[in-house]
Amino acid sequence: MFKTFSRHPRAWPLLTLLLLLIVNVVFNPGFLHIEWRDGHLYGSLIDILNRAAPLVLVSLGMTLVIATRGIDISVGAVVAISAALAAWMIGGALVVQDGVAVHASRFPMPLAILAALGVAVVCGLWNGVLVARIGMQPIIATLILMVAGRGIAQLITGGQIITIYYAPFFFLGSGYLAGLPFSLFIVALVYGVLHLAMTRTALGLFIQAVGINPVAARGVGIQARKLTVWVYAFCGFCAGVAGLLISSNVKSADGNNAGQLLELDAILAVTLGGTALTGGRFSLFGSVIGALIIQTLTYAIYSLGVPPEINLVVKAVVVFAVMLLQSAEFRATLSVWMHRPAHAGGRA
Amino acid sequence: MTGTSALPVLELTGIDKEFAANPVLRGVQLRLYPGEIHALMGQNGAGKSTLIKVLTGVLESSGGQMLLMGQSIRPDSPLAAQKLGISTVYQEVNLCPNLSVAENVFAGRYPRYGWTQGYRIDWSTVHRRARELLARIGLDIDVTQLLATFPVAVQQLVAIARALGVESKVLILDEPTSSLDEDEVQKLFEVLRRLRGEGLAIVFVSHFLNQVYAISDRITVLRNGEWVGEWMADALPPQALISAMLGREFAVQNTHAGQQRDSASDVVLLQTQGLGQAGRLQPVDLKLHAGEVLGLAGLLGAGRTELARLLFGLETSDKGSLQIDGQTVQLSNPADAVQFGIALCPEERKTDGIVAELSVRENIALALQARLGVRKFLSIAEQTTLAEHFVKTLGIKTASIETPIGLLSGGNQQKAVIARWLATDPRLLILDEPTRGIDVAAKQEIMEEILRLARAGMAVLFISSEMSEVVRVSDRIAVLRDRRKVGELPGGSTEDQVYRLIAADHV
Repeated sequence: MFKTFSRHPRAWPLLTLLLLLIVNVVFNPGFLHIEWRDGHLYGSLIDILNRAAPLVLVSLGMTLVIATRGIDISVGAVVAISAALAAWMIGGALVVQDGVAVHASRFPMPLAILAALGVAVVCGLWNGVLVARIGMQPIIATLILMVAGRGIAQLITGGQIITIYYAPFFFLGSGYLAGLPFSLFIVALVYGVLHLAMTRTALGLFIQAVGINPVAARGVGIQARKLTVWVYAFCGFCAGVAGLLISSNVKSADGNNAGQLLELDAILAVTLGGTALTGGRFSLFGSVIGALIIQTLTYAIYSLGVPPEINLVVKAVVVFAVMLLQSAEFRATLSVWMHRPAHAGGRA
Repeated sequence: MTGTSALPVLELTGIDKEFAANPVLRGVQLRLYPGEIHALMGQNGAGKSTLIKVLTGVLESSGGQMLLMGQSIRPDSPLAAQKLGISTVYQEVNLCPNLSVAENVFAGRYPRYGWTQGYRIDWSTVHRRARELLARIGLDIDVTQLLATFPVAVQQLVAIARALGVESKVLILDEPTSSLDEDEVQKLFEVLRRLRGEGLAIVFVSHFLNQVYAISDRITVLRNGEWVGEWMADALPPQALISAMLGREFAVQNTHAGQQRDSASDVVLLQTQGLGQAGRLQPVDLKLHAGEVLGLAGLLGAGRTELARLLFGLETSDKGSLQIDGQTVQLSNPADAVQFGIALCPEERKTDGIVAELSVRENIALALQARLGVRKFLSIAEQTTLAEHFVKTLGIKTASIETPIGLLSGGNQQKAVIARWLATDPRLLILDEPTRGIDVAAKQEIMEEILRLARAGMAVLFISSEMSEVVRVSDRIAVLRDRRKVGELPGGSTEDQVYRLIAADHV
């Protein structure tokens, strides 16, 4: 029974997540406690889900890019651009209207959101064109925007941290709907649409074919380049949404630090979820689990009181161990290793 | 047998070699005399490459003797062979385009100086000696320039300069002309003649018959890993050479030759007028009718695959025009070709055909799905029906339709790739070497399927190196040589007639 389970591609990521949750419970007995407070659910688990939302979104986009044999290391910068643009366009000031203090935005909020998402998609298209049309290596092509994007974001914010004073915008990243964080609904919507697109249209099949054998995929008449461009565009879109969630959650935009190192967490989440960096077969669900693993780990490190100056080291060690455990080759080596003394016999 | 009085510089006798108990060379011999160009001929798989690898120390022979200037040698690495004076230039130019010419000539063996054998490269010596070596083959270029800035022909010469040491006695050239145009070939030949004049023994491997006759003094022919014979080039007419390579008399009539079938109609499906691509294919005129099998015959490198790739939009033509149903069309990618009902089973099944990790079902559904587009998704049930239908009708042997296609045998992979295209109901099916590397039974089944399809009204462009297959299934045969079409033969022609056309220049 365990054998069947352990062969399922999603088994080890789920097991890892479970282990991390158990560690959290052991050190913090109140971890699983969820209560109803102020008209919504409240607890560590809810907090983890809410904080993981941007990473889950970026990981979903990254999954498809990696499935086409690519990689997008500019997502952190795109998050910053989207956040900066939204923050600048909304801005917000306290205005006294008819004797009542109300928040007013610089541009209408829907316009700001559309503009931020639009720019994020353009960023993705840029990456896609560099990779699929110009033929640059994905890591180099997206490195350009990774570096330049921070500059663009700084330009939008004028080198400052823009604070947002417009309450309706805060709903995106910190509001609640039906007792749950609103960001979860956004994630669910993106995941749902993506899942349908992959299972009810030929997109999933085409993306896998392009990732496994681009030459053959082109040879059967799949427009591989076009597909690749749009996959990068979608990845940019996901980063854009993540940027909105982050800026809304922290009520500000920091061109320099928003989405910092998010690209690495996203790549890690995709890998933890069982999608190989060599492209081809991918799992959206696996990437969601991967993102949750990372967020739960981060939470555990903070709640265990690991000193901030070494928490990255602890994270690195845990991630390394998790990666080893998920590798079938390593597990095979390990089991040989553990059984060897018994077989060798000579050792008393 | 020959009038050469000198002793051979290199003499191989009774060379055996097997891979995993499969003999690939059996008692092969080769004699190289100083100051001669010696063509090593044979079909694909005759053992030429293996023999060269034995000669250059890449592989070790399992039997036989190698005598260099009368001394028994046994090179165990290319470096050892080179030290003995046996130099090789491989088919693909094995150089680094991003390094300078001089760096390429001396890569890995730079003259050094300084403390304990030197960590520092003596650049002035590198440049001077590179110039000297290039001058020896008549090349006067700036050796400090990047190699990539020079044309392929010059790069080829640089490769020769790199291969040639001061004490080189034997130079081996494996298909040196396959990426050169006519002028460049002449330039290369001048260099070869100059080196021959210096007393070098040169082994020349090429599929181009006219080049073999233009440059060679002597010819050794291999067939199925065995030595067939050694002749002076002027004593062996091309027809006799081809007979020696094929292993049967040229005049034998082929009784299997197909008759004109009723299915071939007068409706022109596709027509090319002077269709060509610079450096790949000279302008070709070709007509394809619905319901006929047109065979494309020619030796390797004759331009068969190049033509197929143009017709399928994998390459873009820069000369001439392509008409489908009388309409001039421009195919800029395979997706365009697929919309016109053209299908191509590529030559390299593993790298260009199958999507190895996807299931048989997904591989079979792929082309039809691509033609339908992203939105009209074939449900899993529809894909299953489709796959099961073709697994049954083509007799694809697989554990299940969910098995990754990469796990199937070559013949079954090929059938699945053909099935993929049949699912799109194409009007023209281009089959590039559909029977290569697959067993006899599967070969037979695929040939029968091709004929059945043509009878059902599909046009088939059939490319194969196995001439017997071409003459057997074709209603018409277009013959290519040296990247141009040299003629057409009606159905029922014999293999000899085709070979005569291929060798026409020399008859």
